[in-house]
Amino acid sequence: MPSPSAPLIALDTLWFQVAGTICNIECTHCFISCSPANHSHEMLSLADVEMRLAEARELGVREYYFTGGEPFMNRDIIPILRATLRQGPATVLTNGMLLRKDVCRSLRELFDESDYSLDLRVSLDGFDAESHDAIRGKGVWDRVMVGLTNLAEAGLDPVITVTTAAEGVASGEGRKRFLEIIRGFGFAKPRLKVLSLFRIGAEETRTHAYESWERLTSLTNEEASVLQCSSCRMVTSKGVFVCPILIEEPRARMGDTLRETMRPFALEYGACHTCWVDGVTCTT
Amino acid sequence: MRLAFIGGIYSNYHALVATLDDIARRGVEATYFLGDLGAFGPHPNRVPELLIERGIRGIQGNYEESLSTRANDCHCGYTDPRDNHYAQISYDYTFANTSDALKDWMGTLPREIRFEAGDKRFLLVHGSPRRINEFLWRSTSPDPFLEKLCRDHDADVIVCTHTGLQWHRALASGRHVINAGVIGRPANDGQTNVWYALVSLPSCEVEFVPVHYDHQKLAAEMRAEKLPEEFVETVLTGWWTTCLEVLPAKERAAGKW
Repeated sequence: MPSPSAPLIALDTLWFQVAGTICNIECTHCFISCSPANHSHEMLSLADVEMRLAEARELGVREYYFTGGEPFMNRDIIPILRATLRQGPATVLTNGMLLRKDVCRSLRELFDESDYSLDLRVSLDGFDAESHDAIRGKGVWDRVMVGLTNLAEAGLDPVITVTTAAEGVASGEGRKRFLEIIRGFGFAKPRLKVLSLFRIGAEETRTHAYESWERLTSLTNEEASVLQCSSCRMVTSKGVFVCPILIEEPRARMGDTLRETMRPFALEYGACHTCWVDGVTCTT
Repeated sequence: MRLAFIGGIYSNYHALVATLDDIARRGVEATYFLGDLGAFGPHPNRVPELLIERGIRGIQGNYEESLSTRANDCHCGYTDPRDNHYAQISYDYTFANTSDALKDWMGTLPREIRFEAGDKRFLLVHGSPRRINEFLWRSTSPDPFLEKLCRDHDADVIVCTHTGLQWHRALASGRHVINAGVIGRPANDGQTNVWYALVSLPSCEVEFVPVHYDHQKLAAEMRAEKLPEEFVETVLTGWWTTCLEVLPAKERAAGKW
């Protein structure tokens, strides 16, 4: 049976794999197995980003997201964000470990000088060092705490994102506990987003791979229009992919330019099943 | 020529009376409401009754769409559990206290209004031309995106509401997007007044007009109706206490909570 497709209704959200698959840690649940040595996708330069921003302006893109890998490993990240914020709102997804005081000050300056929103998302994977570090590596929690303190000092309130690997976070009680933890860092306006896990990349080993029946078999255009791939694309060093999740799938590479990707996408992957069933959106 | 646009009213009939008085004093050609007549405030029949009595034209918001179709929730478009909790209290109260006749009347309202004025094609929508509950915030609605919305929907001027915060963008193409703000609750700025929009033509100059009303009286009535104290606090302090998670970073930073 052929897979259903998602139409591209409007290109609202443009993602940049700004740090490629290069990260300073190796999370056991990473759906693209990022690590210090994974060069599957390389870092993007300021020129790479500017080229797509110019195309995005023509297409009326609404918002920009930056991820990796770890975006703050990209030495050009501040100039890249400055260039982006001249054109629209930007959100950066980070593990929070490289948020030094000077970086946070630069981010605060960008926040203040732009008419558009600059937002940060910092990932936590547990209620404490033990559970967080079990997924992210020894000593990571302590470094994130320093980063979050620096952000709070700079007066920037991030969104804390937590995957469902953190046990109980999806429950009302779990949310409440997490919001209290965030307040404890010194953030007056705690924000929390819970993310689903995709059983690909490293997560495939931590839990298990998708079963062959975990595929979408039928979906109307109207139903597919709520999927994020009906309104987003992802720019990496290898070209333009359908979404932030499927960048290791060769058939999810839709073209070299944004315009080439303005067409429907066949939802043939296990991750597509998760997106539909869990109602996932990678945007905030 | 001047036109007046009234955003979300949220059952705040005290503010509606004050707004209509202000508009009458200024002498405008036409006045339009942009939907979300109910929610948040007390006695939800009073706002639609007053609009009908004064013969004011307008469009459905997500509230009118939900009430007229007898839906279970407001379809406000929130994603956070706490926001949805308060939105549900608000909707259940409004649903229970809106007459069937007015719910049916809400179903007769158009979803958009188009007209030409001062050589400009106006399009009035509640959220955006694409979706009744899409949020068009100032800090997340960049110019290229707004130009595309105007192009795709054949409009020179789009007027919307839904977010609760007023703004105006004059685009390089000569088009305009105006979020009229709301008169239902304050603009999360620590002031108790509310805002409506006046547009002068042909210049398309936009003036956001602050409206002061008896907010103490509204607060007392909300308490008498046992509406959440969090809502009352917003009316009395000018700071939003609920429905905060949808705010973009910039707008969130500007508020107290």
